[in-house]
Amino acid sequence: VATMANEVILLDFWPSMFGMRTRIALREKGIEFEYRDEDLWNKSPLLLETNPVHKKIPVLIHNGKPVCESTIQVQYIDEVWSDKNRILPSDPYQRAQARFWVDFIDKKMYDAQRKVWGTKGEEQETGKKEFIELLKTLESELGENTYFGGDDFGYVDIGLIGFYSWFHAYEKYGNLNIESECPKLIAWAKTCMQRESVAKSLPDSEKVIEFVTEIRKKFMLE
Amino acid sequence: MASDEVKVIGAWASPFVMRPRIALNLKSVPYEFLQESFGAKSELLLKSNPVHKKIPVLIHADKPVCESNIIVEYVDETWSASGPSMLPSTPYDRAIARFWAAYIDEKWFPSLKSILKAEGEEEKKAVLAQVEEGNALLEKAFNDCSKGKPFFNGDHIGYLDIAFGCFLAWLRVTELAGGHKLIDEVKTPSLSKWAERFCNDPAVKPVMPETATLAEFAKKIFAKPPA
Repeated sequence: VATMANEVILLDFWPSMFGMRTRIALREKGIEFEYRDEDLWNKSPLLLETNPVHKKIPVLIHNGKPVCESTIQVQYIDEVWSDKNRILPSDPYQRAQARFWVDFIDKKMYDAQRKVWGTKGEEQETGKKEFIELLKTLESELGENTYFGGDDFGYVDIGLIGFYSWFHAYEKYGNLNIESECPKLIAWAKTCMQRESVAKSLPDSEKVIEFVTEIRKKFMLE
Repeated sequence: MASDEVKVIGAWASPFVMRPRIALNLKSVPYEFLQESFGAKSELLLKSNPVHKKIPVLIHADKPVCESNIIVEYVDETWSASGPSMLPSTPYDRAIARFWAAYIDEKWFPSLKSILKAEGEEEKKAVLAQVEEGNALLEKAFNDCSKGKPFFNGDHIGYLDIAFGCFLAWLRVTELAGGHKLIDEVKTPSLSKWAERFCNDPAVKPVMPETATLAEFAKKIFAKPPA
């Protein structure tokens, strides 16, 4: 029986901090994949066909079978390519903790950061406070560790690092200085950026600022 | 023997709390159920879940685990030798189970809740349509996942059965209140049969509230004036 070549396609959108998670996971495992950038205002038939329920990116298509939701994709990748660079801890309690923090990020980060760059006045001020508080909670969870996983780069690091590529946009439009509020978190981010999988998967901060500027124009915030 | 004691902080009416209880029952793990009083959070809850301050919390050997679906996976992994696996055996099937569990929490349950809160015929019709659409998706998901077996997880109740089944009592209460069947033999034949199997399972029966009791409780809490 011939071994089926692994065909991996990722339907994604370059500024998506969720898509970045899957990119990083694939690169951590050294998996060859075809990256396809979607136009979210004109979604491809393949995207609509492979994620009919949510119609969202990222979608990971492995040998023709789609896996949706970034956190589910990262766990899937870790389980299929389990021989190297384990992403989730092996201890059940540590795994539960890792899942908890990624769930926390999913429940809270997106909405809070959206308010920072996407709103004005009181709504923005509230959003900024919430956002900084979230970062401080995460920073306190990091403690003195190099990574959220301890000595090893793992699930929570992957869950959070994509947002770092948006930090300059938050600082510009939210009038924030994140490093002064959360120096340890910035140090953590810079350590992560030294990993090839991360550096290759995150877009340039300047490009993200350009993108956010365009979106703000669309929402008439400019 | 406090070293490996298991406690669950929760409340009898909460479908989310039902999830870890069913999982522990499936693995025959004894636990102490610490009932929170409605409207007031205990010291232990606030200490064990400082981030969200929500139930359920599982405390195992004094270490807390939070978030119901995460707790179920933890129970499955920790007591893996004590019962069949709650998640499918292949990574792909596991990804599918996790996908539907996430869908149920993010989309399906919020739309079910809004039926009880809907004001006026227009709004009620709209949310009902949403729930029915969701049920149709879940009916298909059941057929795909179960592959002819009795549960989403195959021969035995698993992660996705628990993630969805925990809402059945609230679903029945909603059906009664609205006078409108949501899961039945005509619209969702497979789910209808699955629901009965699930509710009658010995691991589920002791923790699933009676529809009448829950309906009384629902009247009380929805009768409270908006804050």
